[in-house]
Amino acid sequence: MRNRILKAIEHDGRVDIGELAIRLGLDETAVANEMSEMEKEGVICGYFTLIDWDKTDSQTVTALIEVRCTPQRGQGFDNIAERIYKYPEVTSVYLISGGFDFLVTLEGKTLKEVATFVTDKLSVQESILSCATHFILEKYKEHGTILAKKYEDERMLITP
Amino acid sequence: MRNPIADKVSSLKSSGIRKFFDIVSEMKDAVSLGVGEPDFDTPWHVRDEGIYSLEKGRTFYTSNSGLLALREEIADYLVRKDCPQYNPRSEVLITVGGSEAIDLACRAMLNPGDEVIIPEPSYVSYVPCTIMAGGKPVIVNLKAENDFRLQPQELEAAITPRSKLLILPYPNNPTGAIMERGDLEGIAEIVEKHDLIVVSDEIYAELSYNEPHVSIASLPGMRERTILINGFSKAFAMTGWRLGYACGPQEILSQMTKLHQYCIMCAPTTSQYAAIEALKHGDDDVVRMRDAYNERRRFLMHEFRRMGLPCFEPFGAFYVFPDISEFGMDSETFCTELLQKEKVAVVPGTAFGDCGEGFVRISYAYSIENLKIALARLEKYITELRGRSQS
Repeated sequence: MRNRILKAIEHDGRVDIGELAIRLGLDETAVANEMSEMEKEGVICGYFTLIDWDKTDSQTVTALIEVRCTPQRGQGFDNIAERIYKYPEVTSVYLISGGFDFLVTLEGKTLKEVATFVTDKLSVQESILSCATHFILEKYKEHGTILAKKYEDERMLITP
Repeated sequence: MRNPIADKVSSLKSSGIRKFFDIVSEMKDAVSLGVGEPDFDTPWHVRDEGIYSLEKGRTFYTSNSGLLALREEIADYLVRKDCPQYNPRSEVLITVGGSEAIDLACRAMLNPGDEVIIPEPSYVSYVPCTIMAGGKPVIVNLKAENDFRLQPQELEAAITPRSKLLILPYPNNPTGAIMERGDLEGIAEIVEKHDLIVVSDEIYAELSYNEPHVSIASLPGMRERTILINGFSKAFAMTGWRLGYACGPQEILSQMTKLHQYCIMCAPTTSQYAAIEALKHGDDDVVRMRDAYNERRRFLMHEFRRMGLPCFEPFGAFYVFPDISEFGMDSETFCTELLQKEKVAVVPGTAFGDCGEGFVRISYAYSIENLKIALARLEKYITELRGRSQS
């Protein structure tokens, strides 16, 4: 039941629980209970809105930063990750296999704001060896949703 | 000038859906629940394979029966689906949609005057294909109280010494009805007793929401007297690629292939390459789409119950077939009025046979958001009708 609920709400956080229960052929109370259980357990971490900021008049800049660092004895990468993710402007932090260690995404109002964060906050940390910053030019798809164009039904209205 | 048209052709009724389509196409802002094809795009990896085949210059004819690699994939696929084993070299034919396979089956097997038993309501092409092949359609009017499943006694009653073929269209368009193993066993017994051949149109086989679909060909003794027809349109959302197939005993398939060779040559090559990819790596896509249809199906049934619109619960295809007889008007009037008043397009049940009178076909090959808009309008219309009959 859990996976079926999660799959259904993953792309529609605002779905009405009663309607969801009907669609899945489940009992409404059972679905509601399962969801609050999963909220408590941290399986469901929140309900958010996917916004294409480029279509608004408030502009933001998103950067991907590749971070290389030396892990600390006894603590591995967790301690460094924590020092990075505590900044509110950091939107995600992933430990990565390959040529660098962390992939950090960052949102700022301007290019300068992001640059300042990297030079003043990130690269000065003791265990961080290097940062490579990439700015995102265009978002085509996010959270499984294509932002570039809208779906249009091109089928004929009636077919046998 | 002499009449250029053959009598047989001019006497064919044109599809009821055609008439209604002409009315609908005038309505620019209509919300439609009238479509008989998936709303999903063909999965990208399948389209990509089609594009790749074009890039590689694979733009030639294939063998008449279709690419052997595709026929082998189909044979494997059918075994995975508990259908009988077919020899890909002699018992599988790739056709231009399931529609061509239906036509070929009729033409390959019918002598003038042979009777074809056709349960209705059902897809629009069985009767014309029978007539054009020189056969005589014998209609079985299915009943709502049997959930539109073909009953053994209904079949038996339709049999005469001229009976040759039985068309078995399940999961069914337009009713959404299915036939389960137990239902099929009763039918198979009579088919054997009267030496009939079954043309089993299983194009909606993957869209079966209770248990996996059972093919009559998989029942004991039925493989040698069944032409199994399926295709890629519904399961893989590939309607526009026009690709289907027929499987059956070699003695019949070779004759169907002969006809196919003269009128079609071979099915579209690009589509055949794409279809190989669909069968190799498309299982997850099928499940994803089936789950989505099933959610919509439950939602729609719930809404009909709430509105008090009688409807048996369909477990197949992507149609529901509610009963609108309480409003005291024929299906076509109901649909035309619904279109004019609320701008919702649904298909009159009569487009699929006379016994579809009193029903309408509603397709749920639409997003839940679309269904909600259309259902709100439908509800407004039937509330108005109920008010009319009270005053």
